[in-house]
Amino acid sequence: MVAKRGAMTDNLQTARSFMSALPHAIALGMQIVDLGNGRASVIMPWDARFVGDPVTGVIHGGAVSALMDTASGAAVMCHPAGPLGTATLGLRIDYMRPATPGHTLRATAECYHVTRSVAFVRVITTDEDVLNPVATATGAFTIEGVVGAMP
Amino acid sequence: MKRPAPEPVAVIKERREAVLKALVGGVPYIGFLGIQFDRRGDELTAILPFRGDLIGNPMLPALHGGATAAFLEVTAIIVLSWSLLWDDMEKAAGGAAVIDPANLPRLPKTIDFTIDYLRTGLPRDAYARARVNRSGRRYASVQVEAWQDNHARPFAQGAGHFLLAGRDE
Repeated sequence: MVAKRGAMTDNLQTARSFMSALPHAIALGMQIVDLGNGRASVIMPWDARFVGDPVTGVIHGGAVSALMDTASGAAVMCHPAGPLGTATLGLRIDYMRPATPGHTLRATAECYHVTRSVAFVRVITTDEDVLNPVATATGAFTIEGVVGAMP
Repeated sequence: MKRPAPEPVAVIKERREAVLKALVGGVPYIGFLGIQFDRRGDELTAILPFRGDLIGNPMLPALHGGATAAFLEVTAIIVLSWSLLWDDMEKAAGGAAVIDPANLPRLPKTIDFTIDYLRTGLPRDAYARARVNRSGRRYASVQVEAWQDNHARPFAQGAGHFLLAGRDE
């Protein structure tokens, strides 16, 4: 994902403007439910259009990837280092089990380290069986300018 | 001894197109993203026609990394499935329907998938091709690359492992 920061006052506003600026996240019905301090949670309700396996009704891995990429980008954007923008460099996704059809998915991302140029993120996706992960991912993201940092 | 007459090309094409259409058409998410497949012999090229709701950042504007990831993963799964179906499909030469497009084998399941974002995805059509590097009894390893205007300048590449469904379950 790619994001740029506008003038923002608080995390909720950040979250709202962040999502409203992402047409593909809107198309997939995503909503940010938690954001701050380098952590973000994004939910995506089950939708028949996102199904990957017609026999089982399981959501396509690509939609889960999009959810985790979005949550990861949000986590980078709300890191205390204050990046002005970010873009995904690389994402590695592991699929543990099929998401249960009908369940809302929730991706929780943590931006656990940033340098001047790179942010490192891990993210976990669960369905309503929250103790049994559906997928995990780790990613590297670009850092586009840091508020207060030397150029 | 006289050889049997070769199968008319129209019949071969029709059979291949029917299987491809059933394979791709059965996946709702492929339709949601609007991905199409172009076939030349056994070679498939995936096409993601540009649409406004594929955008991640309207400021640039750039394709959403998730749309790119999904495009790569869809291409990998379809190309892998297609390669698994190919031999059986070609055995159908002569009329024996070895593959029933209405009753295709289960799709492979993604075990892991790694995406490298090489350049910003532009607001244009994107193309992708995948290569099955290894396909064993239970697992397959697939590589995929996506480009836009210029094939020599890919904007994303991916690699993943897949569990081949229905073979050892």
